[in-house]
Amino acid sequence: MAETRLMTINMGPQHPATHGVLRIVLELDGEVIVRSTPHLGHLHRGMEKLAESKTYHQAIPLTDRLDYTNAMGNNLAYVLAVEKLLGMEIPKRAQYIRVMMAELQRIAAHLIWLGTHALDIGAMTPLLYTFREREEILRIFEEVAGGRLTPTYLRIGGVSKDLPAGIETKIRAFLQAFPDHIKEYETLLTKNIIWLKRTKGVGVISKEDAISFGVTGPTLRGFGVKYDVRKAFPYSSYDEFEFEIPVGSVGDVYDRYIVRLREMEWSNSIVKQALERLPGGPILADDPRITLPPKDDVLSDIASLIRQFKIVSEGFQPPKGEVYASVEASKGELGFYLVSDGSNHPFRFRIHTPSFANLSALSKMIEGRLIADVISVIGSIDIVLGEVDR
Amino acid sequence: MTEINLPVKKLRENFPNSILEVTTFRDEVTVTVAKGEIFEICKFLHSDPDLQYHLLTDLCGLDFFSETPRFGVVYHLYSLKSNQRLRVKTRVGEMESIPSVESIWKVANWYEREVYDLFGITFENHPDLRRIMLWDGYEGHPLRKDFPVEGPDFDKPFVPEV
Repeated sequence: MAETRLMTINMGPQHPATHGVLRIVLELDGEVIVRSTPHLGHLHRGMEKLAESKTYHQAIPLTDRLDYTNAMGNNLAYVLAVEKLLGMEIPKRAQYIRVMMAELQRIAAHLIWLGTHALDIGAMTPLLYTFREREEILRIFEEVAGGRLTPTYLRIGGVSKDLPAGIETKIRAFLQAFPDHIKEYETLLTKNIIWLKRTKGVGVISKEDAISFGVTGPTLRGFGVKYDVRKAFPYSSYDEFEFEIPVGSVGDVYDRYIVRLREMEWSNSIVKQALERLPGGPILADDPRITLPPKDDVLSDIASLIRQFKIVSEGFQPPKGEVYASVEASKGELGFYLVSDGSNHPFRFRIHTPSFANLSALSKMIEGRLIADVISVIGSIDIVLGEVDR
Repeated sequence: MTEINLPVKKLRENFPNSILEVTTFRDEVTVTVAKGEIFEICKFLHSDPDLQYHLLTDLCGLDFFSETPRFGVVYHLYSLKSNQRLRVKTRVGEMESIPSVESIWKVANWYEREVYDLFGITFENHPDLRRIMLWDGYEGHPLRKDFPVEGPDFDKPFVPEV
């Protein structure tokens, strides 16, 4: 009798459909996957170690580089953790600006996901459309923060600068046009027979397994689990906005697609609400030990100059203790666990990233499926390797 | 407050000898437990019908360096049922190992591999305890406090043999 042998295929780390430098060793019986072993770490930069030698302010730019499609959300998670450690109150205006930026960033991140995911499966047109809208969001970020991909806009205690004059008109124009753009994407994909065949019923595991694998974010909500950190533990005034958590039913690739599309619509609505009710007032909490003084004062007043110098060179010393703060990032729950020993840099700087946990479920999702499904499942769980490897 | 203390109360009833300390900081409850019963405690927190901590949000290591026992392992649990978090901490000595919770939460497989990789803490009954971030054959554990930030060989440039 002929012996059956498995064929081993190495996918990645240089592969366009792994969305970064992920390497998966696939063992195949014909076209069916018997076993798969992901190998991580190609983008491991030792961020947790690096941050231990920096002051709390200095660690903010590191967080932009976690999930580089969702920089504002990462900033937000980190500053919330530090503010929780300090027990700080943030001005309402800063909170609203943060919500606006985080939601715009969520739309931008989902647009990258949609474009690349569709491209992986063979639909090229959505990529051209989604990057057109993403560009508009990045232009808004550039005006607001000065940076596009890694804006480092948020500060401990608030945001780095107030919204520039005239930006509201631009954001409004974007919000006005965006729902129609979502309809455009939907005409291309939602009822497209090729899209349906590649996504329906693919990547399904049981809901219990998904929870056991620590899956969060749109991927978990695709299974019908209504867990969203914005609702479960409202931060940054999210409890003042009206929005719903879209959920799927079976948890296949198609459900995740639908969930993310609906999320973009709700994000659009949240930004609109925040813009309408944007309160006035300061954008940075005034705590001389922690927040930087206004730049104009630094240039004219010696006391402010000293304050700026002290904070930049020495940082501040939060009380001893440990906190965990998380946000709903575009990929799922992004949390920071900070342990302070009372000195000016963190004793432990732990980043819980959603992609890491979501990726751990990949092997289970593609077991017994065809090799072509690997591409659509990787796309659907929306991993960013900067965040998996940190 | 009673609601918050429910898991603590239940743990005290069921594991009277293993609960070492309960602290609350910024409304977050941290339970420090003895290492010996960590698996049973996790199993209990996961399966008790009133608690149901089905989601292991995070598992990470700590290095206290000068203290004994040297290391710590922290479990962040979340209950979808009661919408509450709980932090469970335990301490591990330098040459000791700790029971794996992989059979309770599957995601612990990767988290424990990460802790093993970066701290050098070994887990008993782990099905596949390999390095995850660094390559096989790497020496040292970067998140330990005695590991230099620049890396151990920053002043010894590696010149490959030609």
